[in-house]
Amino acid sequence: MIPVLLIAIPLVTGLAAFFSRNEKLVRSWALFSSILTLAISILGLTIFSDAKYLEHHSAWMSTLGSSFSVKLDGMGQILCLLTAIAFPLIFISTWHSSYKKANNFFALMLLSQAGLMGVFLAMDALLFYFFWELALIPVYFLCSQWGGEKRIAVTFKFFIYTFVGSLLMLIGILYVYAHSQDHSFSIESFYKAGAALGHKEQTWLFWLFFVAFAIKMPIFPFHTWQPDTYEQSPTATTMVLSGVMVKMGLLGLIRWLLPVLPVAAYSWGNMASGMAVTGMIYASLIAIRQNDIKRLVAYSSIAHIGLMCIAVFSENKLALQGVMIQMFNHGINIIGLWIVIELIERQFGTRKLSELGGLAQKAPAMAILFVIIALANIALPLTNAFVGEFLMFSGIFGSNDITEYNILFTVLAGLCIILAAIYTLNMIRKIFYGDTVALTANVQDVKLSEKLALGIIVVLIFWMGVYPQAVLNITNDISDSILKLSDVHPMLKK
Amino acid sequence: MKNVLNIVYLIPLLPLIGFLINGLGRKHLSKGLIGIIGSGTVLASFLISVWVFMQVKGGNTYVADYFNFINVGALSIPFAFQIDQLSSIFLLIITGVGFLIHVYSTSYMHEEKTEHFGRYFAYLNLFVFSMLLLVMGANYVIMFIGWEGVGLCSYLLIGYWFKNTEYNKAANKAFIMNRIGDLAFLIAIFWIISKAGNVNYGDVFAFAQGNKFTATDITTITILLFIGATGKSAQIPLYTWLPDAMAGPTPVSALIHAATMVTAGIYMIARSNILYSLSPVTLNIIAIVGLATALLAATIAMKQNDIKKVLAYSTVSQLGYMFLALGTGSYVAAVFHVMTHAFFKALLFLGSGSVIHAMGGQQDIRKMGGLNKYMKITNATFLIGCLAIAGIPGLSGFFSKDEILAGAFSQKPFGIVLYIIGLGTALLTAFYMFRLYATTFRGNFRGTHDQEHHLHESPAAITIPLIVLAILSIIGGYVGVPEFILHGAHSLKDFLAPVFAGSYQVFEAQGISHEVDHSTEWILTGVSTALILIVVVFAWNKFSKKPDTEDAAGFGKVLANKWYVDELYEKIIVRPMNGLGTFLNNVFEKSVVDGIVNGVGRLVNYSSRQLRLLQSGQVGSYVLLMVVSMLLFFVFQFFLRK
Repeated sequence: MIPVLLIAIPLVTGLAAFFSRNEKLVRSWALFSSILTLAISILGLTIFSDAKYLEHHSAWMSTLGSSFSVKLDGMGQILCLLTAIAFPLIFISTWHSSYKKANNFFALMLLSQAGLMGVFLAMDALLFYFFWELALIPVYFLCSQWGGEKRIAVTFKFFIYTFVGSLLMLIGILYVYAHSQDHSFSIESFYKAGAALGHKEQTWLFWLFFVAFAIKMPIFPFHTWQPDTYEQSPTATTMVLSGVMVKMGLLGLIRWLLPVLPVAAYSWGNMASGMAVTGMIYASLIAIRQNDIKRLVAYSSIAHIGLMCIAVFSENKLALQGVMIQMFNHGINIIGLWIVIELIERQFGTRKLSELGGLAQKAPAMAILFVIIALANIALPLTNAFVGEFLMFSGIFGSNDITEYNILFTVLAGLCIILAAIYTLNMIRKIFYGDTVALTANVQDVKLSEKLALGIIVVLIFWMGVYPQAVLNITNDISDSILKLSDVHPMLKK
Repeated sequence: MKNVLNIVYLIPLLPLIGFLINGLGRKHLSKGLIGIIGSGTVLASFLISVWVFMQVKGGNTYVADYFNFINVGALSIPFAFQIDQLSSIFLLIITGVGFLIHVYSTSYMHEEKTEHFGRYFAYLNLFVFSMLLLVMGANYVIMFIGWEGVGLCSYLLIGYWFKNTEYNKAANKAFIMNRIGDLAFLIAIFWIISKAGNVNYGDVFAFAQGNKFTATDITTITILLFIGATGKSAQIPLYTWLPDAMAGPTPVSALIHAATMVTAGIYMIARSNILYSLSPVTLNIIAIVGLATALLAATIAMKQNDIKKVLAYSTVSQLGYMFLALGTGSYVAAVFHVMTHAFFKALLFLGSGSVIHAMGGQQDIRKMGGLNKYMKITNATFLIGCLAIAGIPGLSGFFSKDEILAGAFSQKPFGIVLYIIGLGTALLTAFYMFRLYATTFRGNFRGTHDQEHHLHESPAAITIPLIVLAILSIIGGYVGVPEFILHGAHSLKDFLAPVFAGSYQVFEAQGISHEVDHSTEWILTGVSTALILIVVVFAWNKFSKKPDTEDAAGFGKVLANKWYVDELYEKIIVRPMNGLGTFLNNVFEKSVVDGIVNGVGRLVNYSSRQLRLLQSGQVGSYVLLMVVSMLLFFVFQFFLRK
């Protein structure tokens, strides 16, 4: 019941939102809907956490072997919770932003939430693909209708990019489907069918899937849509994209790649990790030279996601648990950063570091909240991201039987910890410290709505940073089962 | 036993509460209240620490396990504190000196607006909290939490006057250089986890003592931990942030950048002593790096004219001394010097603050002189600090420094070389300290009339901590009277014996002895004392009569410019990195990566132009149409055909 509600609430409320002309009403409606979804998501973690509430199967194109199967496993719980928290935060923090044709804007936002929920819940490959597209399309319209000056060119590129990825994935899905024993799209059949394929077939399928997911995350060199899109999209959409949507790619890797193509993942994982680690250093170096805050955060996100990708391929309990918790943390933190950036852009009409300065003097609350979130983003201990990064790194390092490159990956990825400190502290310094300039002399501090959103984020940051065990327990079983399914050692013994 | 565990969590918790109250209430509380809360919480922690100290005197170790911080698969990292002799000594130093500095700050920072005054005390309390976590943690992860926590507080306090861009840059530099060390520390932790499966001190050390680490493992782990220590404790090559850190308020320099935080690296190695004792290679590296840092920093200090910069380089140099002690296996001497140094260096920094206060912000000693006439207490206490750091017999610095040098001398086969360089550094120290003292307090006043008119002794909140620290700088050394002077009087050594017991066994097994026979020690001490006294008298005379007011030339200029190390780092690291970033951003990303993507795009566009001959339309709309129809198809299937 819970998973169906998680998809249905944003879907129905989103469709309904199209029909209102009243901006205030539709804004409240969207907030109401997102809080309702959040409540359902929390119920699924608490009162209705029994397995029977967390699955739903009904017939859907049974002739094709596809069914409407949705299920909340541990990873789904975390990602749905992230999605459910993200949207109210976005709506609260952008309460003062006004949009033309607000009804369409909020409707599309809710539709994309429905799509995201579907992606995280689908246990049927075709359904997964369907939601994958459903999540993408509203975002395409959001960027192209409400974006910045260069929005048309940028969203076109974004769309083509991700669409090519989707097509590759579709080919892969159809191929595995064709080789499934019972001609079914169900995840169990996929796990059986994929693992039975030979190494060669697995290899090219691996790259089809990997590129599709790599574009979404994004992983170097498939990332060039991302900084442009983050920069040009309305910030609310950027929050969805960077906070939640990039997790689709990671979920894809964990749920639809590792266990489906275990042999290829084992033999090509290092190659994929190599790309990711290259991208981490590459993106971090570029981030240091950015003058536009949005682009800076966009590049830093590439580095953070790259680490998660390496951790996935290290196929190790510590690393995978690290990824699970980090997917959530990264989403929370980056949304927090965007909230402040949006605030700055709305006030001053610029995102250029060189034009800002001295905000801490008159907007201390904004400065403090931003500094906390930015430091969490660079994984300072007792903040949420430290736990994730610590686990991922120790998993990557200690996974000596999967990759021989563990030390190399750890050290290279570790360099990004230092680079992250450089660009983050420079960003803080240039925005908040120093003396005020003419532009920033009359800065307004955060208003109640933004304070609320940022306050919630800060609470989550410390909560997850001091007592992460609650989340780690949720994802424990799914991590074990994914690792068991993708373990190639029994197969090698055969 | 139970009692100790029931109460120790209060030691870090109280400053944390102080941080929260002062941080959140900084706009609503009065300065008096802020000062009371800030100092009071640290005082309470100090009192508990004294009590804890009494409990561990018998040689007990207590581990208090609070909750599972991280528990994944086989790895379990508890949030736990370990209280033993080593941590209790550090607890006393941190909370004791910390309390004095809090009191001092209430007066020193009084000019600040209430809001910023509150912010300052909040940061200071947060620092004490982090530092306490660092020394109380029962495993490497908790230590690391405190480790980065103190780095954060250091960053926040260096950049406390955030309007000044230079200060902010110094803050960033400190944080980033520390992070370089932190990365090595982290990798060491991962290494330990992957081999020992655990990060608890007890388990890791037992694992090491069972010789379960390979030689490569233990050498790499210890070197990585040591690199971490070079960041926090300002050793070559990561020391350049510490002198810049003097941008922070002077009490901060005293507390964080002299007495406590920078000794975290010493604590870490002393804590892991068993690992180091098992890795002679690393010990040698530490001894060499420590000695080189001590010497390098001492040469630079000779030509600095900023009162705080001299003290900063002196700190770097003294930290090098402590590492020399660690590297020669004299762990007790290192901890001893941490303690005595905390007293006299905090005293000197606070004294310099008193001077700067009286001089209206002036920090250049060339524009001071003759202050002894105006500031009697500051003058007397500062002089005691200088005598202590120089190693004049009877004062605390003498005992700890002497023990370090004796330990270095006992090394085979190069002990004599270490000793000579170490002694040379001690002579340089005596020289620059009395250059500093004589230039500042003796001779004639060289400042403006206005300044002279305002010269005054500081208020009691400043002078009382000075007096307390001066007393400690005198008597602090008597806990470690060497064997050759009085048998059985080294109570610190006996107190710390349980912590280093494992190492002593290892040394015994390796046939290493740190004993020097008593007659040799008398000679060494006699020679070094005589030389130091000569240098002190020489420097005192020279600089009271004719201060060094001209700009340095020749080799002196190299020293004044700190051997151009900052410039070197700028050239070989910062600029190439920025250049690479710019190249990747402006050229590679745009032309190569995106170029390929756009090339593909153009190909598609080209094809679409050809296709347009058959149908009119654009790629975008086609693709869109396709997806939309696919979606409609699915929706149709699901809802209508059921």
